[in-house]
Amino acid sequence: MIELFRNPGFNFIGKRKWAYLVSAIAVLVCLIALLTQGLRYDVDFTGGTLVQVRFEQAPSVDRIRAALARVGLGEVSIQEFGDPREFITRLPLTAASSEEVAQKIQNVLGAEASLGKFEIRRVEYVGPQVGRELQRQAIYAVLAGMVGILLYIALRFDLKGGVAAIVAVVHDVLVCLGAISLTHREFSLPVLAALLTIIGYSVNDTIVAYDRLRENRGKLLQRGRSFVVQMNEAVNQTLSRTVLTALTTFMATGILLFFGGKVLEDFAFVLFVGIITGTYSTIYVAGALVVDWTLYVEGRLRRSRPGRGAGGTATPTGKKAVAKA
Amino acid sequence: MPRNVWTRAAIIAAVVLVSVWYLYPPKKTINLGLDLQGGIHLVLGVETEKALAAQIDHLAADFKSALERKGVAVARVAREGDTAFAVQLASPQSWNDAITLLGEFPSLERRSEDQAAGRLVLAMRGSEVARLRDDFVRQAVETIRNRVDQFGVAEPIITRQGDNRILVQLPGLQDPARAKALIGKTALLEFKLVDDQTPVDQAVAGRVPESAELLYQRRVDKDTKTEQKVPIVIQKRALLTGAELTRAEVSADPNAPGNWQVAIEFNPEGARRFGEATERNVGKQLAIVLDGNVYSAPRINERIPAGRAVITGQFTVEEARDLAIVLRAGALPAPVQILEERTVGPSLGADSIRQGMIAIAISALVVFVFMLIYYRLSGLIADIALGLNLLILLAAMAAFGATLTLPGIAGIALTIGMAVDTNILIFERIREELRVGKTVRGAIEAGFSRAFRTIIDTHVTVLVTAAILYNFGTGPVKGFAVSLFVGLTASLFTAVFFTRLLFDLLYMGRRRVEAISI
Repeated sequence: MIELFRNPGFNFIGKRKWAYLVSAIAVLVCLIALLTQGLRYDVDFTGGTLVQVRFEQAPSVDRIRAALARVGLGEVSIQEFGDPREFITRLPLTAASSEEVAQKIQNVLGAEASLGKFEIRRVEYVGPQVGRELQRQAIYAVLAGMVGILLYIALRFDLKGGVAAIVAVVHDVLVCLGAISLTHREFSLPVLAALLTIIGYSVNDTIVAYDRLRENRGKLLQRGRSFVVQMNEAVNQTLSRTVLTALTTFMATGILLFFGGKVLEDFAFVLFVGIITGTYSTIYVAGALVVDWTLYVEGRLRRSRPGRGAGGTATPTGKKAVAKA
Repeated sequence: MPRNVWTRAAIIAAVVLVSVWYLYPPKKTINLGLDLQGGIHLVLGVETEKALAAQIDHLAADFKSALERKGVAVARVAREGDTAFAVQLASPQSWNDAITLLGEFPSLERRSEDQAAGRLVLAMRGSEVARLRDDFVRQAVETIRNRVDQFGVAEPIITRQGDNRILVQLPGLQDPARAKALIGKTALLEFKLVDDQTPVDQAVAGRVPESAELLYQRRVDKDTKTEQKVPIVIQKRALLTGAELTRAEVSADPNAPGNWQVAIEFNPEGARRFGEATERNVGKQLAIVLDGNVYSAPRINERIPAGRAVITGQFTVEEARDLAIVLRAGALPAPVQILEERTVGPSLGADSIRQGMIAIAISALVVFVFMLIYYRLSGLIADIALGLNLLILLAAMAAFGATLTLPGIAGIALTIGMAVDTNILIFERIREELRVGKTVRGAIEAGFSRAFRTIIDTHVTVLVTAAILYNFGTGPVKGFAVSLFVGLTASLFTAVFFTRLLFDLLYMGRRRVEAISI
């Protein structure tokens, strides 16, 4: 039998102070990146026109830029797309209709003989109205995802667990956004979809750990053991499962990232980053926060009502534990 | 043997059979999204305000002539905003007549009035405005569907989206520019008299009488290819519109070789009105106006009784053909504007499919081998479950008519990674139970029952996000949500129900079981 971990006894929760530091630094770096560089939004959200062109021979970017500058369609961004012969140009919204823009690009590239033959492979035009709507809907979707998960965990476990899970999710989303910003990728609709998937995925492991904690707390032998030990045990017991499933999903997204083609690359990248941070945050953000929160509440209880043991209060087994204590 | 093994086996066999039945043959049963097969995706906004304003202009004119028929002199009527118009009576004495007449116009209500000044503002009722807007959009959908059908696109999707939007999806289209021109053209054909009282110079200088307007006729010089716009003053009132048209056919222009023209024919009512109008206006010029552009303005030499006319305009054969299509399909009730467009060429779509399939194949293979090495026989069971999962996923997509998009392919690749999650949960649990000294059967029993609750929890959260994605998403993202949702639901079934059955068959028989390969 191959086993990654045989009866793992890592002191995860005990080292949580270090983890907080790591998380804080990661989030800080991402926030700085987001604040200084910002996110580059794709035409999905800004509105504008995206044209993907493939040339027969690899042209020089300067030639394309010079040709497009002649039409006067505003500031054009030109980007190689997975192949030296393939380019994406992004044009801001202009008074011209999508039809005119695409037509003008076709004409002007056709007129430039040195560029050779080409094929327009994709045109995306998003009007100002639709762009604004998509922006608003994107924010709603992310918020709705978080609220949905918060509610579910709050109902299934308790509010504390729900809040800690959401903090972990926010952490993951920030890291993913920071990674997009740092690698100069565009924030597009598929990237948003990946982000929402990560929200669902990140919570997954957290639930597994909570579930185990609750199950353990139902057993008699848990009485009198500190909450730190209990949480650490739950994390250790589910560790091999957490790592294994992260591994299979990680492999799938890694393959998508490297073999899935250029169109899917940004999407796969976000999933890739998100799965790493999602697994990490299960233990070190969600688990650790519940521990510290519980310790804090217990400390206050002990001070206000001396004589009661550290039996645990509202934790992911909440009321039941109190009743037994 | 444990309870009802055979019933469960039968259920699974039925699921497999149904899946295969839905999936066969795969090329026909799975809908590919536009990003995979190439095509054009358009979201059009219907500018109902403009059509409403035109409607109000009509009503105002009707109201004015009705007043005049009753002998009430009207100084002026003018539209105010999109849904109201103001009436200025020549004399306040006729106020009561005007109010009485209002009874004959049930769609109008008084918004404000000044009896002493003889002025009142009439607005269209809110319910009427809403009904009209709805009609405009519905008619626009119908008209566009007609045009697309005549253009000949296989399996187009034309549906209304929200209040005043229309979604048009044309798969596998080669010439998006032409399709857009065809769909977006209002195609309002009008026959109007040329205003020969107003000199063109005066109109160009900005002095156009209220009853007329300044339009342009486009002329292309064949040799130099330069375009010229000739101004022409046209009366606002249309003698006839394209609504009365029954036929529109392309033919060669006998007067200009190489050019094409569109011959049109009116229905009997249109033919009668056309005959009367031409009879009354012999010697005048009749302009053929399409969407505000003058195509030609021939002089009427005699009454034209048969209701036939010809539109010439230096058309190429394609232009003439498309014009004939839009004329036959009828005018859009209101102009439309392209709000969003996504066009994917067929070669890009083919590339995407190839790369997506490679990604799916590799990730399936890697996960497959990994499970086999790590869990041995149990890993093989999980692999079979994974295969069944993919089969159900694809079959369900075929059965619901869901569309497979590029992000949808990514969703499938992701599902492969996540689907084994459930089995890993169960297997790890069984190993743990074995470690604390349970028998094989006891461990299997405990593993499945303990893991079950966790499995439900983890699935619910991802399903929640998939549902949100579905509600939020546009085409491709929706495709991702669909494959994620269906894939996870299928994994719930395969991991819990199917894996359990195989374990039961292998280990829960009458034989004593000493070891388990996990």
